[in-house]
Amino acid sequence: MSISLTDSAARHVKTYLERRGKGVGVRLGVKSTGCSGMAYTIEFADQVEEEDHVFEDKGVRVVINPKSIVYLEGTELDFTREGLSEGFQFRNPNEKDRCGCGESFNV
Amino acid sequence: MALLQISEPGQSTVPHEHRLAAGIDLGTTNSLVASVRSGVAETLADADGADILPSVVRYTGHGEVMVGATALSHATQDPLNTLASVKRIMGRSVSDLATLQGHLPYQFADQDSRVPQIQTAAGPVTSIEVSAEILKTLRVRAEDSLGGDLSGVVITVPAYFDDAQRQATKDAGRLAGLNVFRLLNEPTAAAVAYGLDRQAEGVTAVYDLGGGTFDVSVLALTRGVFEVLSTGGDTALGGDDFDREIAAWVLEKADLDAGRDPQLLRKALAEARRAKESLTHAGETVICLEHGTGISKEIRLTRDRFEQLIWPYIRKTIAWCRKTLREADVEPSQVQHIILVGGSTRIPCVRRHVQEFFGRPALSDIDPDKVVAIGAAQQADMLAGNGSGEGVLLLDVLPLSLGVETMGNLVSRLIERNTAIPVARAQEFTTFKDGQTAMRIHVLQGEREKVEDCRSLATFDLTNIPPMVAGAAHIKVTFQVDADGLLSVSAQEKTSGVSASVDVKPSYGLTDTEIERMLKDSFEYAEQDMHARQLAERQVEAKRVLEALGSALEKDGDDLLSAQEREIIGQAQAELEAVCEGEDSEQIKQAVENLEHTSEAFVARRMNQSVRRVMRGHRVEEFE
Repeated sequence: MSISLTDSAARHVKTYLERRGKGVGVRLGVKSTGCSGMAYTIEFADQVEEEDHVFEDKGVRVVINPKSIVYLEGTELDFTREGLSEGFQFRNPNEKDRCGCGESFNV
Repeated sequence: MALLQISEPGQSTVPHEHRLAAGIDLGTTNSLVASVRSGVAETLADADGADILPSVVRYTGHGEVMVGATALSHATQDPLNTLASVKRIMGRSVSDLATLQGHLPYQFADQDSRVPQIQTAAGPVTSIEVSAEILKTLRVRAEDSLGGDLSGVVITVPAYFDDAQRQATKDAGRLAGLNVFRLLNEPTAAAVAYGLDRQAEGVTAVYDLGGGTFDVSVLALTRGVFEVLSTGGDTALGGDDFDREIAAWVLEKADLDAGRDPQLLRKALAEARRAKESLTHAGETVICLEHGTGISKEIRLTRDRFEQLIWPYIRKTIAWCRKTLREADVEPSQVQHIILVGGSTRIPCVRRHVQEFFGRPALSDIDPDKVVAIGAAQQADMLAGNGSGEGVLLLDVLPLSLGVETMGNLVSRLIERNTAIPVARAQEFTTFKDGQTAMRIHVLQGEREKVEDCRSLATFDLTNIPPMVAGAAHIKVTFQVDADGLLSVSAQEKTSGVSASVDVKPSYGLTDTEIERMLKDSFEYAEQDMHARQLAERQVEAKRVLEALGSALEKDGDDLLSAQEREIIGQAQAELEAVCEGEDSEQIKQAVENLEHTSEAFVARRMNQSVRRVMRGHRVEEFE
């Protein structure tokens, strides 16, 4: 299984965790909703459940629910800037198409 | 492509339902916008990386509006169309401007409207429209930065803003296309930014010296509830004054007169501001003044001299600290945290004096320019429903008491000063005359006893009261102040249900000195006010007695009284009439008592007669 973080994404996750003052890592997932079927989620992880997949990349602990992992295989999490806006972006090779706004996708 | 932020566990939003929220510090000199991203509140920068947006708007002749630094850069060459510090005239009426106009280098349009309009190349504009331009710029910046539309914002206002000024700020928000969740007092926002709301208990003082306003607030956190114990300040004291002080000093040193030359004045003010900022770190600086003829003069300003120039202002702020603490009944040593807010608190001697007064170091880790916007952003995030629900209830207080006018030019206070808001209070009033079918409700703000010493907020009429004898109508007047400090007043007559209400609209505002004066006067004139109230109450009582007796005599006087009896009463009546408009309350009291005494028999006979009338044709048992 390979899910990775870019340097920029890892740096930002670490900063946010530090400033938040608690949390064991970051939880990535997908949700079945949105106009194209699925949506990515990214949350702070305060605890790890038994069934969760946990791995570390560039010093960041990433937690993923087993249901989400099949959709995220091979995904790279990036942190980018677009104009004034900045935030995280999932680069997912499984993605077939996404809705116009990019908030949801299909596999 | 939408970029994602890290959410709290379980708080991920459904696509297209992200609730983006922002906090806006709409300042006199500078404005900022902040938002919570990935759990952290931070100010949002423009494309050039600047967080601070100068609160300056320039109107050009061809429909173009510039906001911020670009507008500011034209201030010197186009002073009359470049509007700065409009926050000072938010919610102010034309008549309030007399005290300010000397300081504001714009031209006010001659008009009849109560809201002052500034003459620009693009036509007349109001302070609300100018503020809306600033808010619009911040809205666009926030929406670009966050990648979506804002669901709502929290805009901060000085704790001292009155109803009219708060309403004007809300109107500006609406005009800028913003959904204003609520207005938040600046000191409260600062305390939130420092996370003091998550502490167990404690007293915090917030010293806010901005560009155009100064205020100090004492906040208390008890059992998870934030309360503003007291606030005091001067809405026309700030860094702008320091700039003017320096500019005046420099012009005098350079032997120049800027009286008829707005351009030179602007130039001197810009140079003064630069000098002030550089003196935060440097021991001295050089001010360079060019004027029309191409001559330039260089003046050296040391930090010592600068501190001397601004000392009168700092001394005033410390006096306000003392007064505000006293009002909250708190000793300086009981204050656990001191927060410094506003760019002017970077001045070393300001810091020194504040820390000396409170006897402890002040919190200043968060940039004093940004701290208010950051707190507002956290509040906005919570109100948008993005927080984890740990939010605190933030209570604010009314700066001045609210009441209504009653007979005799007296003010009956319904809500006392420093009451926590939101609040609703009601009181019952009644009619003064028989058959009175209308009542005028006059809403007042202030601490004094007489109407003319308080500030009139609004008047409205309750009509269609069914005719009844004086004192029989029950008119319930309700005052409601919402979380933003905006007042609505309603009146209802209980038997018929007729009602009327009014929202207090921005008709005119108070100057800082007026608020200060109103408070001071209420202490100084306390005794005089008490006598005035006593006198007015007796005068009202006298008129009520005369009125009631007059109508009774007219009805039954001939039947129930002998000519001699009637003459005695008439004499007492005349005596009271003679003194009831006078200033001697003891004399009025005696005359009232005398009249009541002489008419006792008449009143008793009338009573018997009406009882007989009611009972005629009935047996006593029926009434048991």
